[in-house]
Amino acid sequence: MHDNKSYISSFCRIKNNHVTLNGDTVFSKEGTYSEFIKSAYKNLDIKYPKFFKMDRLSKLAFIAANVVLNHENVTPEQEENIAIVFSNKASSLDSDRTHQTSIQNKENYYPSPAVFVYTLPNICIGEISIKYKLYSENSFFIFDNFNAKHLLTYANNLLDTKKADKVLCGWVEYDGNNYDALLYLVGNKGKTEHNTTEINTLYNS
Amino acid sequence: MSKVYLSYNNIISSLGFNSNSVVNKIHEGGSGLTKIHDTSILPNPFYSSLINAPHLEAAFSKITLKKDYTKLEKMMITSLHDTITQSGIEVNNEKVGLIISTTKGNIDALDTNNPFPENRSYLHELAHTITAHFGFKNKAITVSNACVSGILAIAIAKRYIQQKIYDHVFVVGGDLVTEFILSGFNSFQALSEAPCKPYDKNRTGINIGEIAASTLITKNNAKLAPEAVEILGEGSCNDANHISGPSRTGEGLYRSIQSAMTQANVSHQDIDYISAHGTATMYNDEMEAIAFNRHHLENVPVNSLKGYFGHTLGASGLVETIIGAHSLYNNTLYPSLGFEDIGVTQPINIITKTTPQPLHTFLKTASGFGGCNTAVIFKKHIH
Repeated sequence: MHDNKSYISSFCRIKNNHVTLNGDTVFSKEGTYSEFIKSAYKNLDIKYPKFFKMDRLSKLAFIAANVVLNHENVTPEQEENIAIVFSNKASSLDSDRTHQTSIQNKENYYPSPAVFVYTLPNICIGEISIKYKLYSENSFFIFDNFNAKHLLTYANNLLDTKKADKVLCGWVEYDGNNYDALLYLVGNKGKTEHNTTEINTLYNS
Repeated sequence: MSKVYLSYNNIISSLGFNSNSVVNKIHEGGSGLTKIHDTSILPNPFYSSLINAPHLEAAFSKITLKKDYTKLEKMMITSLHDTITQSGIEVNNEKVGLIISTTKGNIDALDTNNPFPENRSYLHELAHTITAHFGFKNKAITVSNACVSGILAIAIAKRYIQQKIYDHVFVVGGDLVTEFILSGFNSFQALSEAPCKPYDKNRTGINIGEIAASTLITKNNAKLAPEAVEILGEGSCNDANHISGPSRTGEGLYRSIQSAMTQANVSHQDIDYISAHGTATMYNDEMEAIAFNRHHLENVPVNSLKGYFGHTLGASGLVETIIGAHSLYNNTLYPSLGFEDIGVTQPINIITKTTPQPLHTFLKTASGFGGCNTAVIFKKHIH
């Protein structure tokens, strides 16, 4: 049961070599994912050298979160209670495969903490929390498909119980050469109603 | 808002295949940790608590004769089968949910020597296998949030009941001891070559163990397990500090406990016992001591159960909560195995021997990579 009305105030999509904010392209560049995401980082003028140490999933989530939170004037200097609720299908399998490659052959055995730390999907939430100083509720969920009902239920609970004032929700997937991020911010202000129809519309557009 | 309870439960571990036998072993001071030297998993010897494979096969074969289940699936299904049977709840019902807690699932399927196909390493495949086995009507919710997953799963179940989506939620958690995990923690130089000693000044790091555990979270107080506890409040806050090291000030854990206490409407004086995370790494144990002191919890009896099983990753918060519920029911504090001399800079009241004592309320905490922390407060249900 959801008590107070909530709204989606802005959203970012990253897929097919495009970064969009509220439906408008803010950056695009042809090329591989690595080239594209690095160019996006530079073009969006983020200036955060830790970005280069992140794995591919974290880079994706980090850029998408930056686009939404910057647009919403969220800064580390002014603390806000913004929860993070992310989901995907492949968990951290992209980094998992990298770690597995480093241990598969005993003659060529080189496990590394810099890779291993990214073998958890919620590390990308940690990266965003550090950048924006979000000491807030956070959780990472796995589903076989985008699950608007789950994101809605969980975000509504955090808002209803006053665990959070706003919730950064969405889907961040990196698997093989496929990537897709949809992040949206939910709060008590905005034009788009926070319901499964609207969330699915964002995802399917 | 309706009350929510943690009720029937099961633990599949090196100390036994049901919660009562595991708790009895702990009561007697037994540890499931043994020295293992298996170079196919790790070049150097390590301590771990592994689930005995023939025992698991025997237990699983009583449930189904179907093949093609991974070891982790057998562990989780065996555990959940017991919990569902105890509860008598029909799972093919739209008001019954399933939450799966794991960090790595069938990650061993990535190994080219593993007989199972690589796609079994997808966590949604694991979720599908368990959902299909029992015939749950609803799709499972899988939470993979590092080492807080097990306790966070309980909080998520409560939240789903609060939102009136479900009346009952089964939670099952599990992780394996694999080369994948051990090589990773070893690369961090976090593994101890001796049984772990949480909060001890001579602690030398963690042991990794394997467990599957399960429980029923429900709003129905008519048919609860004897050891049922009410879930009073919860919080899960980030450190916003570092992805692989805890905050020096315990900020995320401090805030998680604050959030749980506010919702539970209790103060530090109401907490009779803390079941802490206590991995036996230098930084984790110190961080917890700081966070507990910031909440004036330094005199509350506290233990880490890692000395019995090691760190069981996505199952740890769940199994430690189940043991906490039994601790309340038995009115008994269990020792923090491995502890001798205080090894953190802030005072905390470590339990050193099995102690009968009236217990009503306990706090469960966990912390993990990514800066995540979770705290949940439970109260004994009086039947």
